[in-house]
Amino acid sequence: MSREDVLVSAAWSEENLTTPGVVFVEVDEDTTAYDGGHIPGAVKIDWKNELQDPVRRDFVDREGFEKLLSAKGIANDDTVILYGGNNNWFAAYAYWYFKLYGHDTVKLLDGGRKKWELDGRPLDKEQVERPATGYQAQEQNLAIRAFRDEVVDAIGNKNLVDVRSPDEFSGKLLAPAHLPQEQAQRAGHIPSAINVPWSKAANEDGTFKSNEELAEIYGEAGFDGSRKTIAYCRIGERSSHTWFALHELLGHEDVKNYDGSWTEYGSLVGVPVELGSGKEG
Amino acid sequence: MSLDGCGAPQQGVDIQVGANEVVLTGKVRSDGAPVGGAFVRLLDASGEFTAEVVSSAEGDFRFYAAPGAWTIRALHRSGNGQASVNADGPGVHPVEVAVA
Repeated sequence: MSREDVLVSAAWSEENLTTPGVVFVEVDEDTTAYDGGHIPGAVKIDWKNELQDPVRRDFVDREGFEKLLSAKGIANDDTVILYGGNNNWFAAYAYWYFKLYGHDTVKLLDGGRKKWELDGRPLDKEQVERPATGYQAQEQNLAIRAFRDEVVDAIGNKNLVDVRSPDEFSGKLLAPAHLPQEQAQRAGHIPSAINVPWSKAANEDGTFKSNEELAEIYGEAGFDGSRKTIAYCRIGERSSHTWFALHELLGHEDVKNYDGSWTEYGSLVGVPVELGSGKEG
Repeated sequence: MSLDGCGAPQQGVDIQVGANEVVLTGKVRSDGAPVGGAFVRLLDASGEFTAEVVSSAEGDFRFYAAPGAWTIRALHRSGNGQASVNADGPGVHPVEVAVA
Protein backbone atom coordinates (compact mmCIF):
# COMPACT_ATOMS: atom_id res chain seq x y z
CA MET A 1 0.00 0.00 0.00
CA SER A 2 1.39 3.39 -0.87
CA ARG A 3 0.98 6.63 0.99
CA GLU A 4 -1.26 7.97 -1.81
CA ASP A 5 -3.74 5.15 -1.16
CA VAL A 6 -4.41 6.31 2.39
CA LEU A 7 -3.56 10.03 2.58
CA VAL A 8 -4.52 13.03 0.46
CA SER A 9 -3.00 16.50 0.68
CA ALA A 10 -4.92 19.69 1.37
CA ALA A 11 -4.03 20.88 -2.15
CA TRP A 12 -5.46 17.72 -3.75
CA SER A 13 -8.55 18.05 -1.60
CA GLU A 14 -9.21 21.63 -2.60
CA GLU A 15 -9.02 20.58 -6.26
CA ASN A 16 -11.45 17.70 -5.70
CA LEU A 17 -14.18 19.28 -3.58
CA THR A 18 -16.81 18.65 -6.25
CA THR A 19 -15.40 15.49 -7.84
CA PRO A 20 -18.21 12.92 -8.19
CA GLY A 21 -17.70 9.88 -5.98
CA VAL A 22 -15.54 11.79 -3.48
CA VAL A 23 -17.20 12.63 -0.15
CA PHE A 24 -15.55 14.81 2.47
CA VAL A 25 -16.49 14.01 6.06
CA GLU A 26 -15.52 16.06 9.11
CA VAL A 27 -15.33 13.96 12.27
CA ASP A 28 -15.06 15.43 15.72
CA GLU A 29 -16.23 14.91 19.22
CA ASP A 30 -17.19 18.56 19.42
CA THR A 31 -18.94 19.44 16.16
CA THR A 32 -19.18 23.17 16.87
CA ALA A 33 -16.06 23.59 14.71
CA TYR A 34 -17.98 22.17 11.74
CA ASP A 35 -20.94 24.40 12.44
CA GLY A 36 -18.68 27.45 12.52
CA GLY A 37 -17.24 26.66 9.10
CA HIS A 38 -16.39 23.44 7.26
CA ILE A 39 -14.73 22.35 4.05
CA PRO A 40 -17.24 23.18 1.28
CA GLY A 41 -19.54 20.20 0.66
CA ALA A 42 -18.33 18.18 3.65
CA VAL A 43 -20.83 16.33 5.84
CA LYS A 44 -20.18 15.85 9.55
CA ILE A 45 -20.09 12.83 11.79
CA ASP A 46 -20.33 13.31 15.53
CA TRP A 47 -17.86 10.90 17.13
CA LYS A 48 -19.80 10.56 20.34
CA ASN A 49 -23.44 10.82 19.32
CA GLU A 50 -23.23 8.92 16.05
CA LEU A 51 -20.39 6.38 16.37
CA GLN A 52 -20.88 5.25 19.99
CA ASP A 53 -23.76 3.12 21.21
CA PRO A 54 -25.88 5.33 23.49
CA VAL A 55 -26.34 2.60 26.12
CA ARG A 56 -23.63 -0.06 25.95
CA ARG A 57 -19.97 0.93 26.05
CA ASP A 58 -19.32 -0.07 22.44
CA PHE A 59 -19.69 1.10 18.88
CA VAL A 60 -22.94 1.30 16.98
CA ASP A 61 -23.58 -2.13 15.47
CA ARG A 62 -23.38 -3.04 11.80
CA GLU A 63 -26.98 -2.12 11.14
CA GLY A 64 -26.51 1.17 12.95
CA PHE A 65 -23.46 1.99 10.84
CA GLU A 66 -25.43 1.18 7.68
CA LYS A 67 -28.22 3.52 8.76
CA LEU A 68 -25.76 6.27 9.63
CA LEU A 69 -23.87 6.16 6.33
CA SER A 70 -27.07 5.82 4.32
CA ALA A 71 -28.48 8.92 6.00
CA LYS A 72 -25.25 10.84 5.39
CA GLY A 73 -25.50 10.04 1.70
CA ILE A 74 -22.35 7.92 1.58
CA ALA A 75 -22.38 5.01 -0.88
CA ASN A 76 -20.30 1.84 -0.75
CA ASP A 77 -18.26 2.88 -3.78
CA ASP A 78 -17.63 6.46 -2.65
CA THR A 79 -14.11 7.55 -1.78
CA VAL A 80 -14.43 8.99 1.70
CA ILE A 81 -11.96 11.71 2.73
CA LEU A 82 -11.91 12.15 6.50
CA TYR A 83 -10.62 15.17 8.37
CA GLY A 84 -11.07 16.79 11.75
CA GLY A 85 -9.58 18.81 14.56
CA ASN A 86 -7.18 17.65 17.28
CA ASN A 87 -4.59 16.75 14.64
CA ASN A 88 -7.05 14.32 13.02
CA TRP A 89 -7.47 12.20 16.17
CA PHE A 90 -11.15 11.56 15.63
CA ALA A 91 -10.76 11.44 11.86
CA ALA A 92 -8.12 8.72 12.31
CA TYR A 93 -10.49 6.96 14.69
CA ALA A 94 -13.23 7.18 12.07
CA TYR A 95 -10.80 5.90 9.43
CA TRP A 96 -10.10 2.84 11.55
CA TYR A 97 -13.83 2.51 12.26
CA PHE A 98 -14.73 2.69 8.53
CA LYS A 99 -12.11 -0.04 7.92
CA LEU A 100 -13.56 -2.05 10.80
CA TYR A 101 -16.90 -2.13 8.97
CA GLY A 102 -15.26 -2.89 5.64
CA HIS A 103 -15.25 0.45 3.79
CA ASP A 104 -12.16 0.11 1.57
CA THR A 105 -11.85 3.47 -0.12
CA VAL A 106 -11.30 5.79 2.78
CA LYS A 107 -8.44 8.28 3.12
CA LEU A 108 -7.27 10.87 5.60
CA LEU A 109 -6.76 14.51 4.69
CA ASP A 110 -3.15 14.95 5.79
CA GLY A 111 -3.02 17.58 8.54
CA GLY A 112 -6.79 17.72 8.94
CA ARG A 113 -8.53 20.95 9.87
CA LYS A 114 -5.35 22.46 11.24
CA LYS A 115 -3.37 22.27 8.00
CA TRP A 116 -6.44 23.44 6.06
CA GLU A 117 -6.85 26.49 8.32
CA LEU A 118 -3.12 27.31 8.49
CA ASP A 119 -3.08 27.26 4.69
CA GLY A 120 -5.99 29.71 4.68
CA ARG A 121 -8.11 27.41 2.51
CA PRO A 122 -11.88 28.05 2.16
CA LEU A 123 -14.45 27.10 4.79
CA ASP A 124 -18.18 27.76 4.57
CA LYS A 125 -21.33 27.35 6.63
CA GLU A 126 -23.59 26.00 3.88
CA GLN A 127 -25.94 23.24 4.96
CA VAL A 128 -24.88 20.11 3.11
CA GLU A 129 -27.59 17.72 1.94
CA ARG A 130 -26.72 14.51 0.13
CA PRO A 131 -29.36 12.09 -1.17
CA ALA A 132 -29.71 9.05 1.07
CA THR A 133 -28.08 5.79 0.00
CA GLY A 134 -28.59 2.12 0.83
CA TYR A 135 -25.21 1.56 2.47
CA GLN A 136 -24.20 -1.99 3.28
CA ALA A 137 -21.53 -2.68 5.91
CA GLN A 138 -19.50 -5.83 6.57
CA GLU A 139 -19.16 -7.63 9.89
CA GLN A 140 -16.47 -6.01 12.05
CA ASN A 141 -12.96 -6.92 10.95
CA LEU A 142 -11.58 -7.95 14.34
CA ALA A 143 -8.09 -8.32 12.87
CA ILE A 144 -7.68 -4.61 13.64
CA ARG A 145 -9.55 -4.37 16.98
CA ALA A 146 -8.13 -5.64 20.29
CA PHE A 147 -10.14 -6.46 23.43
CA ARG A 148 -8.92 -6.50 27.02
CA ASP A 149 -8.09 -10.20 27.43
CA GLU A 150 -5.98 -10.08 24.31
CA VAL A 151 -4.14 -7.10 25.73
CA VAL A 152 -3.37 -8.85 29.02
CA ASP A 153 -2.14 -11.89 27.04
CA ALA A 154 0.09 -9.63 24.94
CA ILE A 155 2.18 -8.48 27.91
CA GLY A 156 5.79 -9.39 27.21
CA ASN A 157 5.22 -10.93 23.80
CA LYS A 158 3.62 -8.39 21.47
CA ASN A 159 4.54 -4.79 20.87
CA LEU A 160 2.31 -2.83 23.21
CA VAL A 161 2.52 0.77 22.06
CA ASP A 162 1.25 3.30 24.58
CA VAL A 163 0.78 6.50 22.61
CA ARG A 164 -0.17 8.79 25.50
CA SER A 165 2.07 11.59 26.75
CA PRO A 166 5.03 10.62 29.00
CA ASP A 167 3.24 12.01 32.08
CA GLU A 168 0.18 9.85 31.43
CA PHE A 169 2.41 6.84 30.76
CA SER A 170 4.38 7.27 33.98
CA GLY A 171 1.24 7.75 36.04
CA LYS A 172 1.65 11.48 36.82
CA LEU A 173 -1.49 12.42 34.88
CA LEU A 174 -4.68 10.53 34.03
CA ALA A 175 -5.64 12.55 30.97
CA PRO A 176 -4.03 14.84 28.40
CA ALA A 177 -2.88 18.17 29.78
CA HIS A 178 -5.60 20.22 28.12
CA LEU A 179 -8.36 18.29 29.88
CA PRO A 180 -9.55 18.14 33.46
CA GLN A 181 -8.02 15.15 35.21
CA GLU A 182 -10.58 12.39 35.52
CA GLN A 183 -11.14 8.84 34.29
CA ALA A 184 -9.53 5.46 35.02
CA GLN A 185 -9.29 4.27 38.61
CA ARG A 186 -5.54 3.80 38.45
CA ALA A 187 -2.76 5.65 36.67
CA GLY A 188 0.20 4.05 34.92
CA HIS A 189 0.66 1.79 31.92
CA ILE A 190 0.51 -1.83 30.80
CA PRO A 191 3.76 -3.63 31.72
CA SER A 192 6.18 -4.11 28.81
CA ALA A 193 4.55 -1.29 26.81
CA ILE A 194 6.78 1.15 25.01
CA ASN A 195 5.81 4.83 25.14
CA VAL A 196 5.73 6.55 21.78
CA PRO A 197 3.41 9.55 22.09
CA TRP A 198 1.11 9.83 19.05
CA SER A 199 2.48 13.32 18.43
CA LYS A 200 5.88 11.87 17.45
CA ALA A 201 4.21 10.74 14.23
CA ALA A 202 3.00 14.23 13.35
CA ASN A 203 4.63 17.43 12.22
CA GLU A 204 3.73 20.71 13.89
CA ASP A 205 1.13 21.45 11.19
CA GLY A 206 -0.61 18.12 11.82
CA THR A 207 0.65 16.29 8.73
CA PHE A 208 2.23 12.85 9.15
CA LYS A 209 6.00 12.55 9.15
CA SER A 210 7.72 10.71 6.31
CA ASN A 211 7.89 6.91 6.39
CA GLU A 212 11.66 7.11 6.95
CA GLU A 213 11.17 9.35 9.99
CA LEU A 214 8.36 7.16 11.33
CA ALA A 215 10.40 3.97 11.00
CA GLU A 216 13.26 5.60 12.89
CA ILE A 217 11.00 6.90 15.69
CA TYR A 218 9.36 3.54 16.40
CA GLY A 219 12.61 1.62 15.92
CA GLU A 220 14.45 3.79 18.42
CA ALA A 221 11.67 3.31 20.97
CA GLY A 222 12.08 -0.47 20.80
CA PHE A 223 9.32 -1.38 18.36
CA ASP A 224 10.01 -4.91 17.08
CA GLY A 225 8.78 -5.32 13.50
CA SER A 226 8.75 -9.12 13.82
CA ARG A 227 6.11 -9.01 16.58
CA LYS A 228 2.39 -8.43 16.46
CA THR A 229 1.29 -5.08 17.80
CA ILE A 230 -1.46 -3.51 19.90
CA ALA A 231 -1.69 0.28 20.22
CA TYR A 232 -3.61 2.00 23.00
CA CYS A 233 -4.10 5.42 24.57
CA ARG A 234 -6.86 6.66 26.87
CA ILE A 235 -10.02 6.19 24.80
CA GLY A 236 -8.68 4.84 21.51
CA GLU A 237 -8.55 7.92 19.30
CA ARG A 238 -4.90 8.90 19.65
CA SER A 239 -4.01 5.21 19.21
CA SER A 240 -6.03 5.19 15.97
CA HIS A 241 -3.63 7.88 14.76
CA THR A 242 -0.67 5.61 15.61
CA TRP A 243 -2.47 2.54 14.21
CA PHE A 244 -2.72 4.51 10.98
CA ALA A 245 1.02 5.29 11.04
CA LEU A 246 2.04 1.70 11.80
CA HIS A 247 -0.49 -0.21 9.71
CA GLU A 248 -1.42 2.09 6.85
CA LEU A 249 1.76 4.11 6.33
CA LEU A 250 4.55 1.74 7.45
CA GLY A 251 2.64 -1.37 6.35
CA HIS A 252 3.09 -3.50 9.49
CA GLU A 253 0.63 -6.29 8.99
CA ASP A 254 -0.73 -7.34 12.37
CA VAL A 255 -1.55 -4.14 14.22
CA LYS A 256 -4.65 -3.74 16.37
CA ASN A 257 -6.14 -0.74 18.09
CA TYR A 258 -7.29 -1.33 21.68
CA ASP A 259 -10.22 1.09 21.81
CA GLY A 260 -10.98 0.25 25.44
CA SER A 261 -7.53 1.70 26.16
CA TRP A 262 -6.49 3.04 29.55
CA THR A 263 -10.00 4.02 30.66
CA GLU A 264 -10.81 0.31 30.59
CA TYR A 265 -7.46 -1.22 31.49
CA GLY A 266 -6.78 1.22 34.33
CA SER A 267 -10.10 0.23 35.93
CA LEU A 268 -9.73 -3.55 35.62
CA VAL A 269 -9.41 -5.54 38.83
CA GLY A 270 -6.37 -7.80 39.20
CA VAL A 271 -4.37 -6.84 36.11
CA PRO A 272 -0.70 -5.79 36.35
CA VAL A 273 0.08 -2.08 36.17
CA GLU A 274 3.48 -0.43 35.91
CA LEU A 275 4.43 3.08 37.01
CA GLY A 276 7.33 5.28 35.98
CA SER A 277 9.05 5.63 32.65
CA GLY A 278 9.21 1.86 32.14
CA LYS A 279 12.91 2.09 31.30
CA GLU A 280 14.34 1.36 34.76
CA GLY A 281 13.94 -2.39 34.73
CA MET B 1 -18.08 19.36 29.54
CA SER B 2 -17.38 15.91 28.23
CA LEU B 3 -16.16 13.31 30.67
CA ASP B 4 -14.99 10.60 28.32
CA GLY B 5 -13.76 12.45 25.27
CA CYS B 6 -10.66 14.26 24.21
CA GLY B 7 -12.24 17.44 22.94
CA ALA B 8 -10.97 20.35 24.97
CA PRO B 9 -13.50 22.19 27.08
CA GLN B 10 -14.54 25.61 25.87
CA GLN B 11 -11.58 27.93 26.26
CA GLY B 12 -11.94 31.14 28.19
CA VAL B 13 -14.87 30.28 30.45
CA ASP B 14 -14.53 30.52 34.23
CA ILE B 15 -11.79 28.27 35.49
CA GLN B 16 -12.41 25.94 38.38
CA VAL B 17 -9.13 24.70 39.74
CA GLY B 18 -8.92 21.55 41.82
CA ALA B 19 -6.64 21.69 44.87
CA ASN B 20 -3.81 19.88 43.12
CA GLU B 21 -4.32 21.08 39.57
CA VAL B 22 -1.71 23.10 37.72
CA VAL B 23 -3.40 25.37 35.20
CA LEU B 24 -1.54 27.34 32.52
CA THR B 25 -3.75 29.97 30.94
CA GLY B 26 -3.59 33.17 28.95
CA LYS B 27 -4.17 34.82 25.58
CA VAL B 28 -2.70 34.71 22.11
CA ARG B 29 -2.19 38.22 20.74
CA SER B 30 -0.99 39.86 17.55
CA ASP B 31 0.03 43.52 17.91
CA GLY B 32 -1.86 43.47 21.20
CA ALA B 33 -5.15 42.25 19.68
CA PRO B 34 -6.51 38.84 20.74
CA VAL B 35 -6.11 36.08 18.13
CA GLY B 36 -8.87 33.47 18.02
CA GLY B 37 -8.54 30.18 16.19
CA ALA B 38 -4.81 29.82 16.85
CA PHE B 39 -3.45 26.30 17.46
CA VAL B 40 -1.81 26.52 20.88
CA ARG B 41 0.69 23.79 21.69
CA LEU B 42 2.07 22.92 25.12
CA LEU B 43 5.68 21.70 25.00
CA ASP B 44 7.50 20.23 28.01
CA ALA B 45 10.94 21.21 29.32
CA SER B 46 12.63 19.07 26.65
CA GLY B 47 10.56 20.66 23.88
CA GLU B 48 8.38 17.57 23.52
CA PHE B 49 4.74 18.11 22.48
CA THR B 50 2.27 17.55 25.31
CA ALA B 51 -1.11 18.98 24.31
CA GLU B 52 -2.85 21.34 21.93
CA VAL B 53 -5.98 23.49 22.04
CA VAL B 54 -7.53 26.09 19.75
CA SER B 55 -7.74 29.60 21.21
CA SER B 56 -11.23 31.03 21.76
CA ALA B 57 -12.57 34.01 19.82
CA GLU B 58 -11.03 36.20 22.56
CA GLY B 59 -7.66 34.46 22.17
CA ASP B 60 -7.92 32.47 25.39
CA PHE B 61 -6.28 29.11 26.01
CA ARG B 62 -5.84 26.86 29.02
CA PHE B 63 -3.90 23.70 29.89
CA TYR B 64 -4.08 21.36 32.84
CA ALA B 65 -0.46 20.40 33.38
CA ALA B 66 1.98 19.30 36.06
CA PRO B 67 4.56 21.47 37.88
CA GLY B 68 7.54 22.27 35.68
CA ALA B 69 8.96 24.51 32.97
CA TRP B 70 6.73 24.71 29.90
CA THR B 71 6.79 26.35 26.50
CA ILE B 72 3.56 27.47 24.87
CA ARG B 73 3.72 27.77 21.09
CA ALA B 74 0.94 29.24 18.95
CA LEU B 75 0.40 28.64 15.22
CA HIS B 76 -1.91 30.82 13.16
CA ARG B 77 -2.22 31.60 9.47
CA SER B 78 -1.07 35.14 10.35
CA GLY B 79 2.11 33.88 12.05
CA ASN B 80 3.62 31.84 14.88
CA GLY B 81 5.08 32.64 18.31
CA GLN B 82 5.95 31.15 21.68
CA ALA B 83 6.44 31.96 25.36
CA SER B 84 7.80 30.20 28.45
CA VAL B 85 6.09 29.68 31.78
CA ASN B 86 7.44 28.15 34.96
CA ALA B 87 4.75 26.44 37.04
CA ASP B 88 6.23 25.91 40.49
CA GLY B 89 3.13 24.32 41.99
CA PRO B 90 -0.66 23.95 41.90
CA GLY B 91 -2.72 26.98 40.92
CA VAL B 92 -3.30 29.22 37.92
CA HIS B 93 -0.18 30.34 36.03
CA PRO B 94 -0.79 33.17 33.54
CA VAL B 95 1.11 33.45 30.24
CA GLU B 96 0.73 35.54 27.07
CA VAL B 97 1.84 34.49 23.60
CA ALA B 98 2.47 36.95 20.77
CA VAL B 99 2.25 35.75 17.16
CA ALA B 100 3.68 37.61 14.19
